[in-house]
Amino acid sequence: MGIETAGIHKSFNGHVALDDVSVVVPEGSLTAILGPSGGGKSTLLRVIAGLEEPDEGQVLINGRDVTRDPAQDREIGFVFQHYAAFKHMTVRDNVGFGLRIRKRSKAEIRSRVDELLGLVQLETYADRYPAQLSGGQRQRMALARALAIEPRVLLLDEPFGALDARVRQELRAWLKRLQADVGVTTIFVTHDQEEAMDLADQIVLVNDGRVEQAGTPHDLYEKPENDFVMRFIGLVTTLDGRLVRPHDVQLLPVPGAASDEAVVERVSRLGFEVRVELTRASGEKVVAQLSRAEERELELREGDIVHVRGVDSASVLAA
Amino acid sequence: MAARRSLRFAALGYLGLLLAAPVGMVFYRAFEHGLGRFFHALTTPGAEHALYLTLLVTAIAVPANAAFGIGTALLLARRRFRGQGVLDRMIDLPFAISPIVVGLALVLVYGQDGWLGSTFAGAGIQIIFSTPGIVLATIFVSLPFVVREVLPVLREIGDEQEQAAATLGASRWQAFWRITLPAIRPAVIYGVVLSTARALGEFGAVSVVSGRLEGETETLTLYVQNRFDGFDLTAAYATAVLLAVLGIGVLVALTVLSRRRSQHGY
Repeated sequence: MGIETAGIHKSFNGHVALDDVSVVVPEGSLTAILGPSGGGKSTLLRVIAGLEEPDEGQVLINGRDVTRDPAQDREIGFVFQHYAAFKHMTVRDNVGFGLRIRKRSKAEIRSRVDELLGLVQLETYADRYPAQLSGGQRQRMALARALAIEPRVLLLDEPFGALDARVRQELRAWLKRLQADVGVTTIFVTHDQEEAMDLADQIVLVNDGRVEQAGTPHDLYEKPENDFVMRFIGLVTTLDGRLVRPHDVQLLPVPGAASDEAVVERVSRLGFEVRVELTRASGEKVVAQLSRAEERELELREGDIVHVRGVDSASVLAA
Repeated sequence: MAARRSLRFAALGYLGLLLAAPVGMVFYRAFEHGLGRFFHALTTPGAEHALYLTLLVTAIAVPANAAFGIGTALLLARRRFRGQGVLDRMIDLPFAISPIVVGLALVLVYGQDGWLGSTFAGAGIQIIFSTPGIVLATIFVSLPFVVREVLPVLREIGDEQEQAAATLGASRWQAFWRITLPAIRPAVIYGVVLSTARALGEFGAVSVVSGRLEGETETLTLYVQNRFDGFDLTAAYATAVLLAVLGIGVLVALTVLSRRRSQHGY
């Protein structure tokens, strides 16, 4: 159950957008399709929605093969990156559109729309036009419109991409609660790894038309399958010719077991976090990430000699 | 300041000599012998039939162009196909070639000896020197207006709203009526008004294909020419005034609609 794609291929004018993409999204989960722009993640979402037809492969929604079904028959809720608000309709008419298409009674539409406007906190904006709303309000209207038809799955394309940082934070927390309440299987596309880590139960990392790795945020961070995954999710640095997380680099004031000398090149204090750039005798550049408290004990200054080593629990990948 | 004022006088004088004075003279000459003569000139069987024919032709040509224009604009804006650029440029052909050429071309194809005309003649349908020919000529010359108004609007609004309608369960037809058409409505109205004005006033192409049979294939513009040539000047000027009033009515409608368009911001 949930959503499944099997061996999806899609190319546009000879450019391969998706190459053998197989993904399983468990029912009721909140899954992120994460990746750099141009990597094919929006195309994958649109294939699932039926807005693009794959050249090969299958799409299953709740166990049913919908590959050849047009978007209108898939019972999906889709939220577009730029909201795709119906400009000539009020907020109320936008949200009720899917129900009017389904020929529900006026009374039913009215009560359902009221309920949804309450859910997305737009009750007082029911009679406004989209042009009179802020970006965040338009986003919530688009979400209410998608949820009105009680979709089997909810698909969101870069849902917070066009919003400023503060609104994005608020909406993120709100969407997480909403999804937990409604319980609908949800996929969202994002290029922001922090957003994916924060929101998703499961992340599918897509790059260059392929799935690099799929798993929980914890899996992708702690057990990256290749250096692309490791580099894309979180910071990396090299230590002894291998990739490690900068926070797994330990700095000691005196020599310790398996430690090595390094010169402090630069210290940048970013509030709670302090980033230290070092050069080892071998010429290897290393970045270490410390907390403010750890750094205070060491009293680092540029030109100081310290001793570096990786912590035992570090996740390491051959560079 | 003086320069600006003289520029204003130059512009007003230019328009006055070129537009206002000649049109004003037509109005003056039409009413020169009083309202009675004016209305009498408009109620002769020839004038009444010409008015009827012009309105009939306009009533067929304009909706045909509106439907074709919206369809073609949708095709050009929403699909990718071979020959798209050629079609896009062909739409402008009626603007580029003289109406008289349009008329001659239609006679060649739809005339009794033309390669389509002979087929129709076999079925007992006469096109050239008859109402169908006048309708064809009018459609031809006013073809580009709706397409040219609607196409840029369709391109600007994009197809995301239509896709959103599809995900909400709307068929293509429902998406067109409920989403696309309301969005392009002002452009459609604007295009329809322009093609109405053109259809009412067309002379050249219609003149060639109509055969100018008085009381049968004579439109208002042809009737004006006929009366003028026959030295029935009162009738010529009265009919000219009627044409001008119809045209001005269309212009006024256009102004009102374009003002409303800018108020709504699309």
